[in-house]
Formats: sequence, C-alpha cells, structure tokens
Amino acid sequence: MAEKKLMKGNEAFAAAAINAGCRYYFGYPITPQSEVPEYMSRELKKAGGAFIQAESELGAINMAYGAAAAGGRVLITSSSPGIALMQESIGLLCSVELPVVIINVMRGGPGIGSIQPGQADYNQVTRGGSNGDYHTIVLAPNSIQEAIDMIGKAFDLADEYRNPVIIAADGMLGQMMEPVLMPEAKAAPTEDEIPMVKPYALTGHKNKRDRHAINSVWLKQELLENYINEYWPKYEKAERELQDWESRDLAGAEVVFVAYGSTSRIAMEAMEILTNEGIKVGLIRPKTLWPFPNNAFKEIDFNTTKHIISVELSQGQMIYDVKLAVECKLPVSLINRVGGMLLDPQEIVDRTKKIMEVK
Amino acid sequence: MATKKVFVAGFGGQGVLLIGQMLAYAAMYEGKEATWMPSYGPEMRGGTANCTVCISDKPIASPLVTSCDVLVAMNGPSLDKFEDMLVPGGHLFVNASVINYKARRTDVNVHYVDCTHIAEQEVGNGKTANMVMLGAIIRASGVVSLEIMDKVLAKTMTGKKEKLIPANKTALSAWKE
Repeated sequence: MAEKKLMKGNEAFAAAAINAGCRYYFGYPITPQSEVPEYMSRELKKAGGAFIQAESELGAINMAYGAAAAGGRVLITSSSPGIALMQESIGLLCSVELPVVIINVMRGGPGIGSIQPGQADYNQVTRGGSNGDYHTIVLAPNSIQEAIDMIGKAFDLADEYRNPVIIAADGMLGQMMEPVLMPEAKAAPTEDEIPMVKPYALTGHKNKRDRHAINSVWLKQELLENYINEYWPKYEKAERELQDWESRDLAGAEVVFVAYGSTSRIAMEAMEILTNEGIKVGLIRPKTLWPFPNNAFKEIDFNTTKHIISVELSQGQMIYDVKLAVECKLPVSLINRVGGMLLDPQEIVDRTKKIMEVK
Repeated sequence: MATKKVFVAGFGGQGVLLIGQMLAYAAMYEGKEATWMPSYGPEMRGGTANCTVCISDKPIASPLVTSCDVLVAMNGPSLDKFEDMLVPGGHLFVNASVINYKARRTDVNVHYVDCTHIAEQEVGNGKTANMVMLGAIIRASGVVSLEIMDKVLAKTMTGKKEKLIPANKTALSAWKE
C-alpha cells in the first residue's frame, strides 16, 4: 500500500500533474510557486516529459498552446502577476478549445504586489482578463491532498471540456507541507494513441487524412457566431454538472461563512471558537469558483440564518457571486484582509460578533 | 490529543526550518495529522527564519498560529519577539549557545539548551546543534516520541546523507535536562 509522504504544496502540485499523465511543462520562476518549475526541471524528464524554462510567462503559455495543440497533457503554473501576463492566451486557448491546466499560486496584488498569500485574483480567474465570450473552469483546493486530487481531476476536465482549467491555490498552500497520499499514476497517451483520444490534435496528416488546422481568426462573422453557439453548451453543462462545495453545520446556523482555499481553514478554526461560545455558525466552502456553487445556498436554513459573511483575502470579489447566490434574501457582509496579509481566527470571531450586533 | 502548536524561530542557516520539518515527519509517521508552514519572503542566510508545526489526531484547520504550546527561540531577537505567543504552562526552549540572558516569562517551562556546545562536545559536530535542540524539544515537551525519530532519519536521510544518521541519532539524545 502506498505510504503517506510529507510534501510541500508546490512540489505536490508538480508531482500530482506528472502522476496525472502531464508530460509538458513550461514555466517561469515567480514566488511563491518557484518550487513547481524547480521540481519539474528535475523530475519531468524522468517521466519521459519535456520541461522548458520559458523566456517569460507569455512564452510559457504560448508554448503550452503549442503542446496542447499537438495533443499533450500540459501544465502551466505561475503566481498572480504572471497569470495576469497570460490572460490573452488563456482566451486564445478557449477560442480554439485546447485543454491546459493552469495553477495560480495567488499572492498579494494588484500589480507586482507582495509575495505573501492572497485571493484577490478571484475576478481574474473566474471572469478572466481576455476578450470575447469564454469561461475557464476554476477549482479551489484548501489542503495539499485536495490539491493533488483536484489536479488529477483538472486534467480530465480539461480534456473532456476541451478548455483550460485553473487551480486557484495561494502562497500558503504552495509553501506549506502536509502528509499526502499520491493516487495511482496514469500513463500518458503514446504518440500513436493521441490521434485516437484527441482527434483534433495536430499530429501530422502524413497524406493519410485531411489536414487539421487550429485557428482563432474568423473573417466571416456568421461562421464565428455559429462556432460560438456550437461550443457554448459545454459551459451550460459545466454550470449544471460541475458545481462542487463542502458545507458544514448549516442546519440551525445563525451565521454562515462562505470561504474558499486556505482562508476556509482559518474560517473553520474561527467556527470552533464561535461554537464554543454558543454561537451557531455554518460554512459553505466553494470547491469550484467557476461554476460558482449556487446550489449550495439552497442548503441554508433561512429561518435561522440571519447573517451571511464572505470571508476572503480581497476587498470583496467573491462576495458578488455570494450575493447572486443568496438572491437578496439576506444582506451579505465581508470579512477580509488584503495585500498579502492573512486573517487570523480570532479576528474573524471578533468581526463576526461586530456584524451580528450591527444588524 | 488536542492540536499541539510548535513555533520555531531563529536566524536563517541555524536549521530552524529543518527542526520543524523533522517534527512534522515524526507526527506523520506516528499516524497523526501535521502541517508545516514556513515564513517566506526575501530571505537570506543570517536573516530571520521561522516555521510553525501543528500536530493533531484530527484534521488541522488553520496551519497558522497566533499562540503556541512550544516555542523554540534559536536567537535573541526571536525570543524577544515571540515569547508572548507561548501559552501559560507551555514549553520554551532557549538556545543558550547564542542567547546569554534569561527569558522574561515565569509561567512557562523554560529549557536552556546550550546546543552548539553540546553538539561540539558530545557529537563532535557543531553542525548538529539543531538536532540537539530537536532532541531536547521532543524529550521535554513530548509532542512526538524519540523512538519515531529512527524512522524519520531513515526516511529523510537517504543516499549521500545516509552516513550522517549515526551523528544525528547521537545528537538527538545528547541533551540532558
């Protein structure tokens, strides 16, 4: 039986990707995710893959575009400002329906910002900074084990939906160590198998089939509208089928926290303190940020719940999705820190009590 | 067992992060939950370094600490800065090789460990000072057992590092209260 290993988040992300059959990684160093390219530079070749340190984030994402077009399982990682630089090509990948898994180990922003953990890329990862109609599927782990499991799932979703999938991690998850179990390794498809599993891939026609082209430009707008309408139902399917969350203690709760990623763990500790003080508090932890788990909010008991609080490391970005999900049944408050500063459990407790008094 | 929180702080290069990692490995091999969280930033040798280790029988919520059960101060600035984080009745380990004054707290168990001197005299290798400190932490606070360290050393010191196991074992049991 497999034995638990103590792994640093960033190394576990890389190992999980290789384990999921990823054989192409293009990286550029940036704190707090530089252990991913470091690990890949050492380990990916051993698994028969290719590692390239790109000349920039722009170079890395466009190399990923190429490798995905050729049918590979591709991973890209960076941190907030680096992901910002990749925005154009993320839209481009969506426009040509290419699967790439992207891990954003978020830090404080905006701009170059700080190198400490942050969650202020919520809008960046769920809305995207590229042009046109597209979505990216966004998964948000709150432990290293969950990140490993989600990375495996992300590669499958990327292939199934032919779309980029983003893992929204943060500096805390990237830098910390926890005991983990790596699932059984998946083999990467061989060159002969790729045309079967990914018929769109540019594998060379060898005069045996029609040429494939992967092309983002449409000079006839009628054709582009048709194309968008043809692939758009996959996003509707994702919204129906992929919503994922964890809920805790919602029955009878007076206060419900909504928190994701490492912040959710700090919120859980605050819940323990509040529960010990006799305050009933529940939690909704989105595991998918897009599609946002609107269905989770049907579990809230609106007879007892009087306060919904979005707990996040931003000036209030997820809170808009929370408000949409709550459908104006209750006001939604915010408990936050920004710039790379973290919440501590007692601060959440104190601010929760203040919110409960005011209303 | 309730969650035990350990905070280790000192200069970069003193093996501060490794002390924490070894505790996390030990907890894992004892079948417990563990988290290890380093401070990170524009760090360098001689700059400040610290890490937090949480050990528990149940899943650990926050890996961060604002108060701790065990505080390890490898240098003076760390003792001054973090002494108040320790809960009453907790264990304070002071690196007496570097810190030549007494702790302020009187409501905690203070252990002065002359770890560099012990490492040089008892182990014959000053570089094992952090392992001497780790041995003191384990035996005085009981957050993990000393016996599990054989497995930790065997699992973490492989290849070229394997030859360092005997010295590290000696270091772990070198400190006497």
